[in-house]
Amino acid sequence: MAITSSPTDPAKVSPADVLTVTVNGRPITVPRTQPDWEGRMVPTTMIQACEAAGVTVPHYCYHPRLPVAGNCRMCLVEYGVPALGPDRQPLRNPDGSLIINKSPRPAIACATPVSAGMAIYTDTPNVRAMREGVLEFLLINHPLDCPICDQAGECKLQEYSLEYGQAASRFVETKVHKPKAVDLGPRIMLDDERCILCTRCIRFTRDVVKDDALGIVNRGSYNTIAAYPGRQFDNNYTLNTVDICPVGALTSKDFRFKMRVWFLKETKSVCTSCARGCNTLIGSRENVIYRLTPRDNPEVNQSWMCDFGRLNYKWIGREDRLREVRARGSGNTGWTGALGEIARRLRAAPQGCVALIASARLTNEELYLLGLLARHLGAMTDSIPRTGDFDHILVQADKNPNSAGARLLGLAAEPMGSRLPAIADGIRAGAIRTLLVFGEDVTSRGVNADLLARLETLVVSDVLPNPTTAAAHFLLPGCAAAEKRGSFTNFQGRVQRFPKAVEPPGDARPEAEFLADLVTAVTGQKWPTSIEGLFNHMASSVPAFAGLTWAALGDLGRSVAT
Amino acid sequence: MIVKRPELSWTERLYLPAIWNGIKVTLRHFLRRKVTMQYPEQRWVVPEGYRGAPYLVRDTEGHTKCVSCQLCEFVCPPKAIRIVPPGPDGPPADRPNAEKMPLEFEINMLRCIFCGFCQEVCPEEAIFLMKDYSLTGTRREEMIYNKEKLLALGGSHQGRIQKWTFKLEEAREQEVFPVKT
Repeated sequence: MAITSSPTDPAKVSPADVLTVTVNGRPITVPRTQPDWEGRMVPTTMIQACEAAGVTVPHYCYHPRLPVAGNCRMCLVEYGVPALGPDRQPLRNPDGSLIINKSPRPAIACATPVSAGMAIYTDTPNVRAMREGVLEFLLINHPLDCPICDQAGECKLQEYSLEYGQAASRFVETKVHKPKAVDLGPRIMLDDERCILCTRCIRFTRDVVKDDALGIVNRGSYNTIAAYPGRQFDNNYTLNTVDICPVGALTSKDFRFKMRVWFLKETKSVCTSCARGCNTLIGSRENVIYRLTPRDNPEVNQSWMCDFGRLNYKWIGREDRLREVRARGSGNTGWTGALGEIARRLRAAPQGCVALIASARLTNEELYLLGLLARHLGAMTDSIPRTGDFDHILVQADKNPNSAGARLLGLAAEPMGSRLPAIADGIRAGAIRTLLVFGEDVTSRGVNADLLARLETLVVSDVLPNPTTAAAHFLLPGCAAAEKRGSFTNFQGRVQRFPKAVEPPGDARPEAEFLADLVTAVTGQKWPTSIEGLFNHMASSVPAFAGLTWAALGDLGRSVAT
Repeated sequence: MIVKRPELSWTERLYLPAIWNGIKVTLRHFLRRKVTMQYPEQRWVVPEGYRGAPYLVRDTEGHTKCVSCQLCEFVCPPKAIRIVPPGPDGPPADRPNAEKMPLEFEINMLRCIFCGFCQEVCPEEAIFLMKDYSLTGTRREEMIYNKEKLLALGGSHQGRIQKWTFKLEEAREQEVFPVKT
């Protein structure tokens, strides 16, 4: 899967490429072809035309980013095509409207292409009866154990049962009982009874991940989803099947029985586990993060995210998070005292004897402020590269979420980390007497504890304790991305903003907030303290971000040239 | 508006008839059957359908009926109910196929308004408003009843619906997929 497909630009569509259909009597113009899940142009289907007309057709097996299977039959609609005269021209009523020959049989909206003049009906009594019938069949062997099902609250079966379900079951025979709590893989639990056999999970893992691990075994009522015998369903994208499962058959072992979904506050955010910056939703309740789910962004991650990124949130609530401001060797405590003392020392520092190591995990706004500080002090700066495994779906080798931002804002050397030996040499030679470290452990990157001990001033800001924070003269507790606002620039040069999901622990403050105070105190010039103000200021002074505003970033971000 | 003070007749000015009427009322009540209840030695008979304190119940086999669906926590208007779900690593439920039960279940009786929504919403018939109306404690923490206390106070419920038992028996009878025990 190449994540390059972009939605059809309406400006580029010529009249020959569009056709007009009516949905429930309302005419709507749709493109003749649309990109499918792989980006190939295929004829527009009735479900897409209905979507364009603002009519939602209930469905289970159809997913816009998966191949069409057409097996759940929930999207059955009635339709008709224009009646043609002997001259092959459409016949018209006296009022000029097309005469529609209604099809005697319904069609599934997800797999039927539209044709010019087609009329689609989704609100007739027949369509309603078909939906009720299909749902009744789907519920025949369904266990109805919603009280113990993790999907309850976001279950399509529940939602459509409310609209099209029967109050009482007419099924008098014994339900088929299938295996429950089947261990499908290291992160997935399967409940076969709840499965409605839509095969979304099978298609996802076979076609998107290219790991043909799942299939249907047995026949008839005994159909069950299963992994290939002796195999585990274990790739880096398994948890996406939990999201696309319309019922509670596939559940996440990590989120299993942890919290009911209706309690979760969902905050739009961005994953920080690699340079891709998948769009996410953080599900939290009362300051505790319970899960991360992907958020649709066609330019970045489509509808998916990797399992590693999804489960990489637990450190945020760790007990040993840095909570207190520490200022060693001076009586000043608390933010005001520590920042005042740091500002005094930085003002007194001669040009060039300060170095700054800023993590590429900091936001654009924070890096911008650090850049201002570094230029004022004539400081040598660098970031620390972080690389790992990659694949050709989403995961990038670069594990820093904001490497592009660190480069664009001039903090990272090219290649990233190449100035670290020079900084280490400077400290060894005594030329660098003040070091600012933001969000990194430099002891494992050539600036070891002996070198740190030679410094006059070591200012460290981080979220978790490490050897560098232990050596710090001034320790400023920072925030995880989920605890602050800001923006990241991903590897494609897409600037994506994120709001705050949970409160930081103890005295920890967002870096941008205290950095604005510090930079104001050091430079004597007033800098904006709000994220909007900082971003807009950055956009007006850094050419790479020219033309962007915080508000214009929206939920899906904006691209800049890298 | 000016209200004219009524002129009193001579019998009214005498006051004695009025005093006599007052004594008559007192005597009548003095001779009637007493209605004062000697609480707490004497107790009121709680009528059927009374909404007292909500407690958790066990089924006839002594298993916890609550499956931690948290609907009561959601519906509770004063947010008196607080449930800690078992999570992926929690202890297994009492009943083999009910899969989960609450790790902790707390009702803050100081917050509870005895509305009965929890009982109404419960899909498992696991919480009932009982007849206890006099809840006392010497500290606020004492008034937060935990799962153990709620189950002890609730006792067992002789419900007609034995959903999970029925399901398990039905599954055992089928030979296609053996039931894990």
